[in-house]
Amino acid sequence: MIPVEHILLLSALLFTVGVLGVVLRRNVIVIFMSIELMLNAVNLSFVTFSRSLDSMSGVVFIFFIIVVAAAEAVVGLAIILSIYRTRNSLDIEEFNLLKW
Amino acid sequence: MLTIFYIFAALSFFGALGVLFLKNPIHCALSLVGTFFCLGSIYVMLNAEFVAVIQVLIYAGAIMVLFLFVLMLLSSRDMKMSSNNWTAGKIIAGFLSIGIFFQIAYLFTGNELKLGPKGAYPIEVVEEIGSIALIGRLLFTDYILSFEIIVILLLVAVIGAVVIAKRKFN
Repeated sequence: MIPVEHILLLSALLFTVGVLGVVLRRNVIVIFMSIELMLNAVNLSFVTFSRSLDSMSGVVFIFFIIVVAAAEAVVGLAIILSIYRTRNSLDIEEFNLLKW
Repeated sequence: MLTIFYIFAALSFFGALGVLFLKNPIHCALSLVGTFFCLGSIYVMLNAEFVAVIQVLIYAGAIMVLFLFVLMLLSSRDMKMSSNNWTAGKIIAGFLSIGIFFQIAYLFTGNELKLGPKGAYPIEVVEEIGSIALIGRLLFTDYILSFEIIVILLLVAVIGAVVIAKRKFN
């Protein structure tokens, strides 16, 4: 049996790498991939807790999380496409219309 | 079992680091696909076969293919970014994000989280009925309202994507 702490630490590591990607990268699509990575880290901890607490609810929640991630990816990529048409760039620094 | 877990954990971590450090976004996407596959194999080791299959099919299959499509649609000729300057704000933000890791690790290694009341599905029950049957049963009994709401969410996402990404003719 794999020790629970190690899996949870892996999930924390992956989440941190995702946060770092969001904070440090400039390319919008890479930032988006980092968000997917954070969602996956959360999924991993859901599965781990659901196994260690003998419950199935975590697995059902993963089903919902994956559906939300798919919807988010579709809408987010559509927004990126339409911004790219007007700004002609993928740099997050260029998307400053809502910045004060 | 344990060594296989460590191998896959290391591979998934390096894939995630690839997303963080690789220059070309397409390489980032491919290394993220590798991470998803490794996470899928970890799910198999945790007796969550349904999640593993869904992970490979939807994440590594559908979502990442969508990312790659968009990356190839947005031509790579003007993919150059302004140089990644390390301003003071970015360095501080990086250190704060690493602080998030210690916070989560502190929470996860404490014992309060893992000593909750045990649920009704120990590993023997799951193996006897099968995890997919159990998930289906839960989805259509306890979580039926969430299930229907998520269906509406998917519909709205599809319509919204078409409306947002549509080219305006004038």
